[in-house]
Amino acid sequence: MNFSRFIFAVYIGCINNLIAFRGLDYEIKLKFMKILVCISKTPDTTAKIAFTDNNTKFATDGVQWIINPYDEWYALVRAIELKEKDPSIILHLVTVGLADSEPIIRKALALGGDEAIRVNADSQDSFYVASQIASVAKGGGYDLIFTGRETIDYNGAAIGGMLSELLDLPYIAMATKFDLNGNAATVSREIEGGEEICELSLPLVVSCQKGVAEARIPNMRGIMAARTKPLKVVEAVPADTLTAIVRFELPPPKAGVKLVPADNPAELVRLLHEEAKVI
Amino acid sequence: MSVLIFIDQSEGHVKKASLEAMSYGAKLAELLGTSAEGLLLGSIKEDLPALGRYGVKKIHHAGNEILDHFDSQVFTRAIAQAVENTGAKVIVFPNNVDGKSIAPRLSARLKAGLVAGAIALPNISNGFVVRKNVFSGKAFADVGLATDIKIISLNPNSFPVQTGGNKAEVVAINLKLEAGRVKITAVNKVKGEIPLSEAEIVVSGGRGLKGPENWGILEDLAKALGAATACSRPVADANWRPHHEHVGQTGLAIAPNLYVAIGISGAIQHLAGVNRSKVIVVINKDPEAPFFKAADYGIVGDAFEVVPKLTQEVKKLKGIT
Ligand SMILES: Cc1cc2nc3c(=O)[nH]c(=O)nc-3n(C[C@H](O)[C@H](O)[C@H](O)COP(=O)(O)OP(=O)(O)OC[C@H]3O[C@@H](n4cnc5c(N)ncnc54)[C@H](O)[C@@H]3O)c2cc1C
Ligand SMILES: Nc1ncnc2c1ncn2[C@@H]1O[C@H](COP(=O)(O)O)[C@@H](O)[C@H]1O
Repeated sequence: MNFSRFIFAVYIGCINNLIAFRGLDYEIKLKFMKILVCISKTPDTTAKIAFTDNNTKFATDGVQWIINPYDEWYALVRAIELKEKDPSIILHLVTVGLADSEPIIRKALALGGDEAIRVNADSQDSFYVASQIASVAKGGGYDLIFTGRETIDYNGAAIGGMLSELLDLPYIAMATKFDLNGNAATVSREIEGGEEICELSLPLVVSCQKGVAEARIPNMRGIMAARTKPLKVVEAVPADTLTAIVRFELPPPKAGVKLVPADNPAELVRLLHEEAKVI
Repeated sequence: MSVLIFIDQSEGHVKKASLEAMSYGAKLAELLGTSAEGLLLGSIKEDLPALGRYGVKKIHHAGNEILDHFDSQVFTRAIAQAVENTGAKVIVFPNNVDGKSIAPRLSARLKAGLVAGAIALPNISNGFVVRKNVFSGKAFADVGLATDIKIISLNPNSFPVQTGGNKAEVVAINLKLEAGRVKITAVNKVKGEIPLSEAEIVVSGGRGLKGPENWGILEDLAKALGAATACSRPVADANWRPHHEHVGQTGLAIAPNLYVAIGISGAIQHLAGVNRSKVIVVINKDPEAPFFKAADYGIVGDAFEVVPKLTQEVKKLKGIT
């Protein structure tokens, strides 16, 4: 190793607080910060919600799939911003899903990130998915794991918490701000009627929502670059499922709106008071 | 065999969502032929035996100082110990921010099936099946739990608070706990406002109000109704209103008894956050606004004329001058 590379390596090493000299050959192990972002696919927000197979399956015919908005707009974009500030950060994306999840994870890679991992499994229930991600995370030595607040189809808001428990890490749910200073994170989370700000050191798991970042659109360069970025497919590890959806149901249609003339708000107040009994 | 309810508190005060969780847990215990017990972590300023009126027979109280600051990891360990000590088989959480932070962790720790966002009591006629909202309120899923221990996280405002029980027996429990890694450095609460997630009535404004300077009419109505205020996403994006007021698919999902939407078109992503409201009133000058299809009552008219008059009528009803 020549001298300038040595200096550079020591410099990087200091940033990452980890320099290991092994024996006399001065081999230097570098520990770059690694971030993992969990990406899920969901039906487009305007998709028609209907069920088949005796109301046990979501009808996917004609449904457009998108990256779950919380994962894309907040978790992924914030991770990309952190990497833009510190290019030594290694950013991986993970999704648990069958081959039909590939367009979604490619789209996520077009926004940013170095590499994606797809765990080749049907996402059966929250615990099963969390177990798959935990297995990827254990092998990858990640310092920071981002999830979205919740998936907009299952609305579990559960996988981040389960993952943190499986990895025995601190977990901040529903973060509205996230900042890094070396190994220390400052995170704001939503609480009833306000926010709580806390500090803690990495590693940790954070579920992200509005406020953490501003949405961005993939550009042509990103889309081209994503084609050549590695997408690793790994097989699922054995894991339990703890829940099973027995049946879906659509809410009964609304009876129809009762219109009150604009010049008679007194009638609306009467209806709300006497008929609906809500005021 | 008991049902254990996590009683979430903030600064020593029990949250409303916990009253609902206790009422739900008490009914569930009745259904299962067992008793409902509460679990309270951290210092508390309220009269604990009095919480018995929500149906809990016993309250386990761990006053460890460590529990005065919220840390999902520490809380999960604490609750897991309490579950073991009490032998509880069903654990009920309010599905608020704290519930969402802990219930999934506890589920993974105990390998206990979790229904996050339950909206009704379980059906136990054939197994143990709990209904929850999916597709952002556009559908329900009935979720079966077959694990030995079961966890239900109850959506706020989906089960009425019920009172009538006797005083609860309070048992101090001692948990072995280590401090966690989360250090809370600040808490910023919006003063004097009703938290949106807990409000029974919400008055909400959209782009139809034209600018932040026009929010006075909406605030007057909210005040007369004792309501919290909310807004559509473009309104928050334009900084007309604070971000925490944004409701919808990507904002807060709420389920008040009454939601009054003023100058909001009713885009599907907006509806996703409010369609669980019991009664929806829409005020919009466009009779074709999609929101009318999701509404129970509506006025087609100019908000700037209708809303002040409506406020006057509400005040009349309530005897406010
Ligand atoms: C993935 C995704 C997620 C989204 N998430 C959300 C979300 O969480 N929440 C959200 O709200 N939106 C969300 N949106 C945006 C949503 O699609 C709509 O664009 C938005 O809700 C429209 O806001 P608005 O109704 O205030 O404005 P507009 O659509 O502009 O509607 C204004 C309404 O005001 C009426 N009006 C105008 N003047 C008056 C008057 N004088 N009196 C009475 N009525 C009047 C008009 O007739 C019109 O109906 C999302 C969009 C996407 C793509
Ligand atoms: N199949 C999946 N693969 C990878 N990440 C997922 C998957 N499902 C959910 N997640 C992540 O977990 C978050 C919460 O999901 P949920 O608990 O299902 O509401 C999502 O916003 C994603 O970040």
